[in-house]
Amino acid sequence: MKESLGTTGLILNEPMLWEKGKKGRCGFSYPQRDVESYHLDDELTGTGPDFPDLSEVDVVRHFTRLSQWNFGVDTGMYPLGSCTMKYNPKTNERQARLEGFSGAHPLLPTHLSQGVLKLMFQLEGFLSDITGMDAVTLQPAAGAHGELAGMLIIHAFHKSKCLHCSKIIVPDTAHGTNPASAALCGYRSVPVKSNEKGVLSAEAVAEIMDEDTAGIMITNPNTLGLFEENVKKIAEIVHSKGGLVYCDGANMNAVMGIVHMGEIGVDVLHLNLHKTFSTPHGGGGPGSGPLCVKKDLETFLPVPRVVKNNNRYLLSENFPDSIGKMHTFYGNVGVMIKAYSYILSMGPDNLKKASQLAVLNANYIQKKLQGIFHLAYDRPCMHECIFSDKLQKAQKITTLDIVKRLMDYGFHPPTIYFPLVVNGAIMIEPTETESKENLDLFIEACKAVANEAQDNPDLLRKAPTRCKVRRLDETTAARHPCLTG
Amino acid sequence: MKEIDELNLPDDVRYAEDHEWIRSEGDKVRIGINDYAQDQLGDIVFVELPQSGDTFEKGEEFGTVESVKAVSELYIPIGGEILSVNTALEESPDLVNQSPYNDGWMIEVKPSNSAELEALITRDAYLEMLKGLK
Repeated sequence: MKESLGTTGLILNEPMLWEKGKKGRCGFSYPQRDVESYHLDDELTGTGPDFPDLSEVDVVRHFTRLSQWNFGVDTGMYPLGSCTMKYNPKTNERQARLEGFSGAHPLLPTHLSQGVLKLMFQLEGFLSDITGMDAVTLQPAAGAHGELAGMLIIHAFHKSKCLHCSKIIVPDTAHGTNPASAALCGYRSVPVKSNEKGVLSAEAVAEIMDEDTAGIMITNPNTLGLFEENVKKIAEIVHSKGGLVYCDGANMNAVMGIVHMGEIGVDVLHLNLHKTFSTPHGGGGPGSGPLCVKKDLETFLPVPRVVKNNNRYLLSENFPDSIGKMHTFYGNVGVMIKAYSYILSMGPDNLKKASQLAVLNANYIQKKLQGIFHLAYDRPCMHECIFSDKLQKAQKITTLDIVKRLMDYGFHPPTIYFPLVVNGAIMIEPTETESKENLDLFIEACKAVANEAQDNPDLLRKAPTRCKVRRLDETTAARHPCLTG
Repeated sequence: MKEIDELNLPDDVRYAEDHEWIRSEGDKVRIGINDYAQDQLGDIVFVELPQSGDTFEKGEEFGTVESVKAVSELYIPIGGEILSVNTALEESPDLVNQSPYNDGWMIEVKPSNSAELEALITRDAYLEMLKGLK
């Protein structure tokens, strides 16, 4: 292979800030006082927080060094399956930082917030167009929160018809959070297995669907990176018994502008703006999980809703069937602005092309690595492909060893041991933003690791060796977590 | 991970298809997960068990086991009432890895229908099933 991307370099150690600094050091000057000094009683002031005294250079070096230990999408390829770690264009950040947006406050009256309200109103429209659904709420703060909102709406729909369903169908290829969201609405999830092709069969759903079942939660494309090709037929079966079809749209990056979710029978769909619509994620938030519904469910959407009246934008609570509020104020607006910027800067044709390239890239990797690693389902994939460690078993090399060694080659490890239906899964999602040169570099690195597994398996067992820290003891960390620092 | 012929599958217990084991002890039974299950899961970091007095139907979920890889459900291979649970697993979940059939046991059950016990498979039948899985 060409020169490895991963190399060693001088990485500097850095203690915690509390271990640095000296009493009396200071990194800033107080602004000039413009009010009279006033003495406060000691009982009102108390003692200050335990902050170290640091100079500016102490702080700058501290955070610069920590950032050099890190790996992110801006550093290199991050093929973490199921997470859509695509590159996020910097223009999105710039728009979100515009003064009118960054200075907006949720308590401002609507006549002073027309810009941000217009953006939210239009973003709802864009998401409707992209998904083929009729109405949208931007309130949910992340994917699982969107699922919960969706389940509450399904529950409200059945209640409005005086029906009390107790079950919901959840396939084994759905996202792990689905059963939890259903349980919060009082539903018992009924598992259904995918078939030998890795997708749901209509027969399997027909067998368990009944009038006591509120609906089905499908992830499409599913967690095997495969398109649920029988979804239309499944939707007909579910609808014929009075149920609704929930679609987890976390994998929407494969089908933007390509699949009309409304037409394939989906009633409720959530999106992950922080994945598909390109805003930074993976650091714990904030995210955004808008929910899209068909016309007859619009009445249940959370309040307040942005409405347009005589060319003015207002926030209306006047929706008596609404499930209520899902978030303080209106959701994570900063993420909405970045998604809006992404959608406008891409345009409809390029959004579709992004999905096509995401699928092409995954299939390219799947084809090139077939035979190097064991391919779980030998058929064209969508935006991600899934291998396992089966071919490396003879050397007693596991999935964990393989991906730890990939770190030495300069790549973020793929998702591992998920989905659970594939034993020892290695789940690779390259996304559309990696060039062919980068994909080839990744493929070469995977081949080199597979060769090492044959010739020198210890290299893999000891990996990573080029990172700031060696392999972490995850077991002890989980058994004896240290939560106090 | 272990090859099939390296697995410790004792003769004195019955096996369930979901990889639990059951040992008859007079009018009660002990239940845990077998060597194949603990080996597949890897280092176990947490075991969630029911409370004494809870009752379950055969096949119901009675708890979860969490390893560094995943969280998996535990399915009870025989219906009945929980008599006691292995509280040592709270502090030392690694007992399931080290001693799946003895110190790593999970629950003690009073079966509601002892005929269900006879329906569970033997070591040889379980081994055949595993070979089919591989």
